[in-house]
Amino acid sequence: MSAIDASVEMRPKLVGQRIKRTEDPRLLTGSGRYVDDIAPAGLLHLAVMRSDHPHARIRAINVGEAFAIPGVVAIFDAGDIKGDFRSAVPTSRMKGYYATPIRPLAEGKVRYVGEPMIAVVAESRYAAEDALEHISVDYEPLPFAIRQVDAVADDAPLLHDEAGTNVIIAREFARGDVEKVLADAAVVVKGRFRMTRKTPMPMEGRSYLAEWDRRRQALTLHSSTNIPGIIRDVLSGCLDLPGNRMRVVAPDVGGSFGGKGSLNHEEMLVCVLARKLERPVKFVADRMEDLTAMSQAFDELIEAELAVDADGRLLGLKADVIGDIGAYSIYPWTGALEPVQVVSFLPGPYRIEHYRGRVRGVLTPKPPTGPYRGVGRPSSTFAMERLIEMAARKLGMDPVEIRRRNLVRAEEFPYRTGSGIIWDRSAFQECLEGACDLADYPALLRARDAARAEGRWVGIGLASYAELTGIGSRIAVAPGMPINTGTETSTIRIDATGAVTAAFGISSHGQGLETTLAQVVADELGCRMEDVEIQHGDSALVPMGTGTYASRSAVLGGGAATKTARVVKAKVLKAAAYLMAVPIEDLVAEGGVIRASSSNATMTFKELAHAVYAQMGRIPHDQREDLVASETYDPYLGTACSSTHLAMVEIDPGTYGVTVTRFVVAEDCGRIINPLIVDGQVHGAVAQGIGAALLEEVVHDADGQLLTASLADYLVPVATNVPDIGIVHIEAELPNNIGGFRGMGEGGTIGAPAAIANAVSDALSHLGVEVDTLPVTPERIFRMVEDARTIRKA
Amino acid sequence: MSAEARITVTVNGLSCTRTVDARLLLSDFLRHELGLTGTHVGCEHGVCGACTILLDGRSARSCLTLAIQADGANIETVEGLGRIGELGRVQQAFRDHHGLQCGFCTPGFLMTITDMLRHHSLENDEDIREALSGNICRCTGYEHIVNAVRELARERGPLK
Repeated sequence: MSAIDASVEMRPKLVGQRIKRTEDPRLLTGSGRYVDDIAPAGLLHLAVMRSDHPHARIRAINVGEAFAIPGVVAIFDAGDIKGDFRSAVPTSRMKGYYATPIRPLAEGKVRYVGEPMIAVVAESRYAAEDALEHISVDYEPLPFAIRQVDAVADDAPLLHDEAGTNVIIAREFARGDVEKVLADAAVVVKGRFRMTRKTPMPMEGRSYLAEWDRRRQALTLHSSTNIPGIIRDVLSGCLDLPGNRMRVVAPDVGGSFGGKGSLNHEEMLVCVLARKLERPVKFVADRMEDLTAMSQAFDELIEAELAVDADGRLLGLKADVIGDIGAYSIYPWTGALEPVQVVSFLPGPYRIEHYRGRVRGVLTPKPPTGPYRGVGRPSSTFAMERLIEMAARKLGMDPVEIRRRNLVRAEEFPYRTGSGIIWDRSAFQECLEGACDLADYPALLRARDAARAEGRWVGIGLASYAELTGIGSRIAVAPGMPINTGTETSTIRIDATGAVTAAFGISSHGQGLETTLAQVVADELGCRMEDVEIQHGDSALVPMGTGTYASRSAVLGGGAATKTARVVKAKVLKAAAYLMAVPIEDLVAEGGVIRASSSNATMTFKELAHAVYAQMGRIPHDQREDLVASETYDPYLGTACSSTHLAMVEIDPGTYGVTVTRFVVAEDCGRIINPLIVDGQVHGAVAQGIGAALLEEVVHDADGQLLTASLADYLVPVATNVPDIGIVHIEAELPNNIGGFRGMGEGGTIGAPAAIANAVSDALSHLGVEVDTLPVTPERIFRMVEDARTIRKA
Repeated sequence: MSAEARITVTVNGLSCTRTVDARLLLSDFLRHELGLTGTHVGCEHGVCGACTILLDGRSARSCLTLAIQADGANIETVEGLGRIGELGRVQQAFRDHHGLQCGFCTPGFLMTITDMLRHHSLENDEDIREALSGNICRCTGYEHIVNAVRELARERGPLK
């Protein structure tokens, strides 16, 4: 046997490779197990009667002949379950914040169309829905303000009387003297930008199945959640069950994008009812219910002004934001999550000395807003990137050049923004150049100008942004929120057969973490990837876990995997050194084999595990250690992730329909674990950004009724709406966290709406049209074009 | 409303006879009566395509079909395309090209594509995207699915 060059042997082999996913075989063959696929004996089905008023007092409920429907078991309203739980309260340390309590069913009053009010439990969902037809509710309609601009008014009708106001959050960030620079600047641009309400629309509806174990007096909730640990912790309190008798399992989950990342009424409800009835109870939201009542998102109104000097340098930014948070503050993120992020991230990746951002979060009679891919930053990036292009146009400066002059440069990191965010080193400038290179920006400009010469409406738009990903314990994911989102625990064990099991608090729901974390573990341990099973999505796996959200799982999960695998590996090598009678420094583990460089001796993980666990006396009893470890990782600060998006669009002057003809993303996501999966995340997030830019809008009319309750009304992108997306990965200096990974889950949704809004504005620049509302639908373009033409004529 | 009917259907080559409610959806019949939970229900109004199956060889929305309408029919579902360790060709192409993420819409895509490959020319990406446009995927942005279908279209034999 030849001598082994340890430096080569130790080099990671799997991280960085386009490894095919281990999740795929089960999902491709219909062998996945989603919540609705689980059907225990004695299962009961829940159907929910929802409010059809935006704000009303419930005077009386009449169940009529509902119990005459064969199979109906029980019907409950809020009064029937009052003593069976404690409300969940999404508290916050923020000053002046009012936390609306969350209960399974509306008590006394309803506050949005779609709010759960009455529960019908039956032997089949068909029977339960039949029973709903017989139930009638006597409402006393109450006044309300459906639009955020009306709801903030001092005399607006109150949605929660106890709060004393509809404005339950108000924050201000300020640095420098923005009024002065606005007064003195060579150029000032301003706008009133509206990012309308969205729904995350994962393909699988929210699904919950609660099973009460009479023997152990224990509850297991199978939930389509992406935060099983958080749900376990809060329900443990609500139901007064200790964590060892309250378990939350997220099996295969059909997407979330944030929509399944908060505590849901129905999630509490199945638990309360399963314990009360001592039968398994399942709720599966149909599409109409999810479009009506899943947590919604964005819904921001941003008035902003940007001061720029004659050379295109950004001097100051001022913004006033009203976030429409809906009828309740969501658990655990609170209603502050989305609006406060807007003013936190508004200055973007730019050097801007003077800043003032004010935000108010206001209650309106609509479903609560919660996390949705990108959180706050799709809206803030839309407003900021529009202002930058408006300024460039006013100065006659190329939109790339104005960004080049203002993006924070490598030597300026760490850079503190006017809102207090600290940007760690990331490839801000390199992403801008990378996107332009990949798209061949000069050629694109020539193509645009040639098309324009033919009278076609063609435009190019850019968007640069930065986000914080993999945030550690220094700051909460949602401001002021009193739960820990900054740590991740991994427990790794090699069992007596040599198989490796690595358990986490994360909860993969499409991200492919069973693959990527196995790559990390196998590299670190030196075992074979096929010998590693990644366990996740189960509150029983680690003492405290939260789940997968906020682009955290590669950074925190990857860090925890690395840290823990190193401890296990030290135990492996210590045992091997004894068994092989060689110094520990001579040992190298790779591909499931431990080799000694000083001899020909080798040992597989399987042989080693057998010796450690099964062969009494092979290792002296006082030196023998189980091959297990559990470690927690906290990146403390988190990592910055940055990107530039470039879009080219063409507008049909006959139909006003927008086609995205070219889309390029340059992003810095640090060390890449699996490029195949990173590309997939970028593609999917950009598609959602295209949806936000051109198609998707939750519409409530003046009566508070939802007008977009089907997929024929709430339009999401299909294959013909999305172009091929060019991606360039910029791997600049790695961030200072274990593994050098950055979070990659959300960025596409952050950059794409702004880039497309800029491209549409560019395409209509001959008319002086500036896009200020998304989605920029054919109807909106028609109106903007007509208005512009009317003004020109006048 | 609870009129019942006795139906016989062939599902993935196996014949089965059941007495069902006249109003039972074919998707619910496959999932709950036969335990074939690979067929997923995404919208129950015929837009998303997650529940797509093959009904007598052509793609159909099982959420818009009553079980009794399938009496005497030959049904193919995702479970009939292959199994773990023996993926069918369309399934393998999805894996090779990373054409799925959460996997919920995937069975519907696989069945639609099986039909499209048998019956449509799919000469270019525009054709392929048009063929896929009746199915919604919220995760992938479609590009990897298009890549998989392009490969399948190039290698397949003559149309049926």
